[in-house]
Amino acid sequence: MSILVLAEHEHGTFKKTAFELLAKAGELAGALGTTVDAAVLGAGADAASLGAYGAARAFVADGDFATYDSDRIVAALHAIVQAAQPTAILAPASYLAKDALPRLTARLGTGQGSECTGLRVEGGAIVGRRPVYAGKVLCDVRVHSTPAVFTVRANSFGQPEAGTGSAEVVAVSFETPAARLTLVSRDTPEQDALDLTEADRIVSGGRSLKSSENFDAVIRPLAKALGATAGASRAAVDAGYAPHEDQVGQTGKTVNPSLYFACGISGAIQHLAGMRTSKVIVAINTDPDAPIFEHATYGIVGDLFEVCPLITEKVAALD
Amino acid sequence: MKIAVCAKVAPDTTTPRIQPSADGSGIDTSGIKFAVSPYDVFAATLGIELKEKGVASSVHAFTVGDDGDAATLRSGVLALGAEDLTLVTGAPGTDALGAARILAAAIEKAGGFGLVLTGKQAIDGDSVQFPAMLAELLGWPLVSMVSGFETDGTTFTAVRNVGSGVQETVSGSLPAVVTCDKGLVQPRYAKLPDIMKAKKKAVHTPSLADLGLSASEVEAKAMHGAFGEPPPRPAGRRLDAGDLGNTVDALLVALRDEAKVL
Repeated sequence: MSILVLAEHEHGTFKKTAFELLAKAGELAGALGTTVDAAVLGAGADAASLGAYGAARAFVADGDFATYDSDRIVAALHAIVQAAQPTAILAPASYLAKDALPRLTARLGTGQGSECTGLRVEGGAIVGRRPVYAGKVLCDVRVHSTPAVFTVRANSFGQPEAGTGSAEVVAVSFETPAARLTLVSRDTPEQDALDLTEADRIVSGGRSLKSSENFDAVIRPLAKALGATAGASRAAVDAGYAPHEDQVGQTGKTVNPSLYFACGISGAIQHLAGMRTSKVIVAINTDPDAPIFEHATYGIVGDLFEVCPLITEKVAALD
Repeated sequence: MKIAVCAKVAPDTTTPRIQPSADGSGIDTSGIKFAVSPYDVFAATLGIELKEKGVASSVHAFTVGDDGDAATLRSGVLALGAEDLTLVTGAPGTDALGAARILAAAIEKAGGFGLVLTGKQAIDGDSVQFPAMLAELLGWPLVSMVSGFETDGTTFTAVRNVGSGVQETVSGSLPAVVTCDKGLVQPRYAKLPDIMKAKKKAVHTPSLADLGLSASEVEAKAMHGAFGEPPPRPAGRRLDAGDLGNTVDALLVALRDEAKVL
């Protein structure tokens, strides 16, 4: 009867979303009079350490999760749910949450609220608040079945401080289904940046960059200096300045960082839809009437080819 | 092999403003132009390309929606070369699981499908649940967020975007459910003569009972409500300290001391 949090890890290191969700689950569990459990895929991570973020028990499915196999993940999570019997499941809105998790939801015959940016307890149940229509509208989502499944966008609640405590580790066995997909190759980009959907800082460039060379020479160094992930407007992607996985906006990724730099981006509605929940927006544009300035926390009217390298230089000098 | 394309009608991306309805139960649809959700256009385009290559015998469109969706899907999907449309209207207000149950039943009932193509997400609810649920219910493998796809009608190779710019190439055997991401195909939009011809194409409208489903099986478990405007952003300000160097310094000070994000 707990709230079960999917604590994702990469090569044994828990992602920030795991701590963020455990802390939020603790708050919800307090209001519901229940406890928090964690679900961990694979024995490679220190599951007991999740107790420092409020997990009473950590259910660990021991299996090989080195390569992504949604059949295996669904089987493992299903076994954990059978063992933990949660009233609610919280998961980060990652690739897994879009690929494997809805399969689990269907297997459990329950309902799911996706991509929430807020969670609260009302009438003895968890209610999610989430953007729809690419963030042009917000709505509540309630799940009238058990367990209630919610996925949550990264950076929605902020990072908690680690406390003390150790989670009781519960090993869960499951039957590994035969693999139906074979991994042929894996192409990892050179830069070691967080995915746009998880990034806390993003530097995006628009059509004004004029070429992919300029994009690489101006936007990526600034992103690197800030420890940010590079993004792009649809116009920049369509013009070939950046790959489509960098696209922020309605037909790209919806992002939720603390700091968003919009460089040479006019601020079309489709782009705003993808980044309007950013906590701080910095706009740099030569056009003082660009719509992006209406949404920016700080605006600089100027040429990004002059402004961005100067910011890069001064940020690098801060360290 | 037949291909099923699951497509949803959603407000066009160029709709400048979407507002909650007065009672907050949904959005105000007056004045909104509807179109096939863009990622579903990629799915339809890929399906037609595979038919043109002779890999697929025919392409069939499926949707859960209302009567008004028929015209949009005629011009958006049937006019590209799909044979017919199956439109299930008997479950207003259902959720992703309900829609997946309905279309899994419809696809199984029609039979003969080796591939289901759909968009990686619909751009209205942005839930990204339906494709994975459909794969689960059909018992077929799922490949999500695909930006490259090749098949000979028996096996396939797909490139999927798993996040952080990482692309995985995976192979497998059909049948499968594949969700289409940007970069997969150059989306096609029908020309007027094809739209006119598509008016003669069949639209099947099975009831839930025809599909062997009861109303309670497709009742929404996840309910959306209390639609509202996003909170307004606090007013920002222009930084101009005369000299560009000073302006950038002012920005960094503001980010560090005022916004506390540096």
